[in-house]
Amino acid sequence: MDTTFRLGGAGDYADEEELELGLGLSLTSGAYAPSSNGPLSNQVVGWPPVKTYRMNSLVNQAKFSKNEGEKGAGEESTSKKKKNKNHENKNDETVTKETGHSGFVKVNMDGLPIGRKVDLNAHDCYETLAKALEIMFLKASTSASFIRTEKQQRSRLLDGSSEFVLTYEDKEGDWMLVGDVPWRMFLGTVKRLRIMKTSDANGLAPRFQEKNQKPKNKHIELKR
Amino acid sequence: MGFPEEVLEHVFSFITSHTDRNVVSLVCKSWYEIERWCRRRIFVGNCYAVSPAMMIRRFPEVRSVELKGKPHFADFNLVPDGWGGYFYPWICEMARAYPWLEEIKLKRMVVTDDNLELISKSFKNFKVLVLSSCEGFSTHGLAAIAANCRNLRELDLRESEVEDLSGHWLSHFPDSCTSLQSLNMSCLSSEVSFSALQRLIARSPNLKTLRLNRAVPLEKLSTLLRRAPQLVELGTGAYSAEIRPDVYANLTEAFSRCKEVKGLSGFWDVLPSYLPAIYSVCSRLTSLNLSYATIQSPDVTKIITQCPNLQSLSVLDYIEDTGLNALSLSCKDLRELRVFPSDPFVANANVSLTEQGLVAVSEGCSKLQSVLYFCRQMSNSALTTIAKNRPNLTCFRLCILEPRAPDYLTFEPLDVGFGAIVEHCKQLQRLSLSGLLTDRVFEYIGKWAKKLEMLSIAFAGDSDLGLHHVLSGCDSLRKLEIRDCPFGDKALLANVSKLETMRSLWMSSCSVSLGACKRLSQKMPRLNVEVIDEQGDLDSRPDNCHVEKLYIYRTVAGPRFDMPSFIRTMDQNPTYRS
Repeated sequence: MDTTFRLGGAGDYADEEELELGLGLSLTSGAYAPSSNGPLSNQVVGWPPVKTYRMNSLVNQAKFSKNEGEKGAGEESTSKKKKNKNHENKNDETVTKETGHSGFVKVNMDGLPIGRKVDLNAHDCYETLAKALEIMFLKASTSASFIRTEKQQRSRLLDGSSEFVLTYEDKEGDWMLVGDVPWRMFLGTVKRLRIMKTSDANGLAPRFQEKNQKPKNKHIELKR
Repeated sequence: MGFPEEVLEHVFSFITSHTDRNVVSLVCKSWYEIERWCRRRIFVGNCYAVSPAMMIRRFPEVRSVELKGKPHFADFNLVPDGWGGYFYPWICEMARAYPWLEEIKLKRMVVTDDNLELISKSFKNFKVLVLSSCEGFSTHGLAAIAANCRNLRELDLRESEVEDLSGHWLSHFPDSCTSLQSLNMSCLSSEVSFSALQRLIARSPNLKTLRLNRAVPLEKLSTLLRRAPQLVELGTGAYSAEIRPDVYANLTEAFSRCKEVKGLSGFWDVLPSYLPAIYSVCSRLTSLNLSYATIQSPDVTKIITQCPNLQSLSVLDYIEDTGLNALSLSCKDLRELRVFPSDPFVANANVSLTEQGLVAVSEGCSKLQSVLYFCRQMSNSALTTIAKNRPNLTCFRLCILEPRAPDYLTFEPLDVGFGAIVEHCKQLQRLSLSGLLTDRVFEYIGKWAKKLEMLSIAFAGDSDLGLHHVLSGCDSLRKLEIRDCPFGDKALLANVSKLETMRSLWMSSCSVSLGACKRLSQKMPRLNVEVIDEQGDLDSRPDNCHVEKLYIYRTVAGPRFDMPSFIRTMDQNPTYRS
């Protein structure tokens, strides 16, 4: 077997494989530093490589300790820890110790035999959740397509422009359209998610309206 | 070779390492025969590498079986549900063939309640069940184990995903069960009956390891500790309670009686005011896991500076560089350090943990061997310093949170830094890379990392040459896992025989074509080349399309048949297809 190894240059590969240093980071003079206070510019599946078990544990704790109101190390510890996440009123959605609510919920998509799991606690709004699901289900094949710019438009799963729409099953077993209730309320009630064909989802609207007595919104109000 | 069998068997009984026993069996036919009859412990690193029937046929008198299922990247949600790793075929055969089985240890496998019930009823002398990162079972299955395993010594559920229906399972341990030495239920969320727990502990004089779950309240911990002063490893439940002097006093007193405690873990929901209660055990601690404790650097530091005998520490990045500096000065016996991210999904955290902390520990802790470190910035100079400080490193796993982050001082790739690691740390067995890396780093790895057994690569490299360096240079490589790298057909097809010397290769979001997978499979009949494609239409894909995920492993059991529809083993004999 010929063991000499000849390789082409970077041109062998599609442009998308090019090293993308942009990533929403500004490489100004001076030390490198991620420029945004927001999420990591690449929200991809399985990165950073922190075990599911650990993520669930940590995030459930964060909720718990916020609600406690007891900070032995002083008030500054809370604000120090939580500066980067904007959360709504902490006191209404109490997560009790016994819940052990896993941040991971199953997601299925019409037409695909397999389900995945998504960590709801890795997101603080519908937008990032929907984008993560887009990555997982709608753009599974390319490695670099997830690289995002700041100007990325709103997720198609939420604004009704895609042939698919994002729905969830709540605690009472009803299927609802994702996006109509405040994020934290959604977290407290969601059992699993389903990416449904928009045509199939039309039946949801009346039920949803009944339940909440308000007209279906085409544009989701994002809560931050 | 003229020794009677009994003598050889006796000699072999001192040979316990799996590799050594494998070597022994290769000496000659009679040694093979003798060895296989007296082998008591089996380790199968990939449950699909061999079939249960083959294992049983060769080793009829086994007492302990350890199996691993899913690939490591399953921990990070990269392996779809339904992939496989079922314990079912194993337990079916073992229940029949190994009535004297005592130990089952599983990692990343799918275990059902029925499987657990079968275990509990098939082995009269069953002693040890370890389910590490497993899933598929509920607390009903645990109830069966508790109720039926008369001589149970160890039940360890570490990090498994259990359907937690109730805490009632614990009450199924009969009053006659007094054999328990180790119980790890930290992954469960339901509250167990406290009185049942208390009584279980009280009648288990040999209980050395107890890892409680979060639902066990702190106020009651002292009650449990008082009944088990012989404990060596303790995992607390939630570590906060209303601030009450009597609770604090009881806790402090209970801890002070635990003269044998060497390891502490748990510490969810920590209320720092209660931390001083553990100070009395600190001087004896060799192992401390504070990686769920969301406490700030001063509180962490106060503890670790009282632990001069600490060998293993897991913490959150709240420890910051200052805490790590204190660690480097106080804990001269430190062997293992793991620093986890408190907030992995933001680019900037208000946590002052940088490469400096790790450098400090590498300087001060001369016995440091194993590192797992999540941080947000790294430099080549820091890596080089660490490498030169600690040539005795055996495990170095660095995760810079932002993919492809360069040296933050020079903007260069981190090739040189990681190169220094592999060059100086000649005993390195495990390495995880991150940051901006070109093919050059793989050149260094192929050149220097001769003892490397496991390598994890993400968002790195420029071309197939990178992968080729690794496959052709790393003589000891067993497990290679790669995601999001521009590695493709050429490197794989140029190193086919290497793949049979390894346990497994995982590649996802790379540039390997379907056609190359087919060719590889045809060339290497003793490899299973499994392609995972969640779009679900593999049959209609052209050969030049890139596969999403690829898992290649050596096997003597042939292709498996328990796969879901979106996983295919590449056909090895396409000409014989009907």
